[in-house]
Amino acid sequence: MPDNSSVPGSSAPGSSAPDRSANSAGRVAQAADAQSLTDPQFLEALRNQMIRFATLQLRDEHQAEDAVQEALAGALKNADSFARQSALRTWVFSILKYKIADILRYRQRVIATSELGDTEQQDQAMMDGLFNANGHWHRAERPSSWSGPQGGVQSDHFWRVFDACLNGLPEKQARVFMMREFIELESHEICNQLELSTSNLHVLLYRARLRLRACLENSWFQAPASGKESDTGLTKEGERQ
Amino acid sequence: MNCKQATQLLSLQQERPLSRRERFSLRFHLMMCKACRNFSTQMDSLRTISRHYAKGEHPASDDRESH
Repeated sequence: MPDNSSVPGSSAPGSSAPDRSANSAGRVAQAADAQSLTDPQFLEALRNQMIRFATLQLRDEHQAEDAVQEALAGALKNADSFARQSALRTWVFSILKYKIADILRYRQRVIATSELGDTEQQDQAMMDGLFNANGHWHRAERPSSWSGPQGGVQSDHFWRVFDACLNGLPEKQARVFMMREFIELESHEICNQLELSTSNLHVLLYRARLRLRACLENSWFQAPASGKESDTGLTKEGERQ
Repeated sequence: MNCKQATQLLSLQQERPLSRRERFSLRFHLMMCKACRNFSTQMDSLRTISRHYAKGEHPASDDRESH
């Protein structure tokens, strides 16, 4: 991955679209001087956050770089309209989501369609681990109360756990889950784009949700109280610090 | 209905309205099964959490580092 540690305007242009990126870089540098965006730390953090988000979904660092670059350039052109950094962040992420949807849509035309079978064994093992032969929860796997959805959810650490859980999903499950819940495409749109049947999509979403739920519960909501900051048992933990 | 089927319906419910019959048998199962009631709440939480995440609203380190 190219070095991202600098502000957007000075980063290396993405490889697949040299013209556009060089252009964007210029505009970004210009716009970065706009009133509400004079804070290079804010921009750098925002950019890193976006790269992380895009990389998770695209699983391709170059494409993620490009998407982020374009989204930032687009947003910063209109930077004057954003008085608050949080408004800008929301806006820039919504642009990024469209970029990602475009890339996924394009990529789908190129990729073989059904990968549903790939993880069948893994999924079977997961289901057997969760439910007994009668289809009831194994005792240790029964979902507990998450003590309010906001129970510590607004913390850095929670989002790192969430990232790690997303990273742990099989690729296709991660992709449909993100298209559905992050990009907020309707079921039928995802089916069209990925050439999936509705029931296949529902199975993928179901399994993604089972996995994510279990991961969050084990790694966050039920993590030993004393060790919440360190003992999540996630291998990805701490990687982003 | 067992827990596996109940959780399938609870996920499906995020995608489309359940039929009357599905709703009825799900409700009946949930009355008896606390674990699946928790699961049900968690499905909503998962959606809320994901939307916060996707809006970039999670206060990753930047909020604290920038001024």
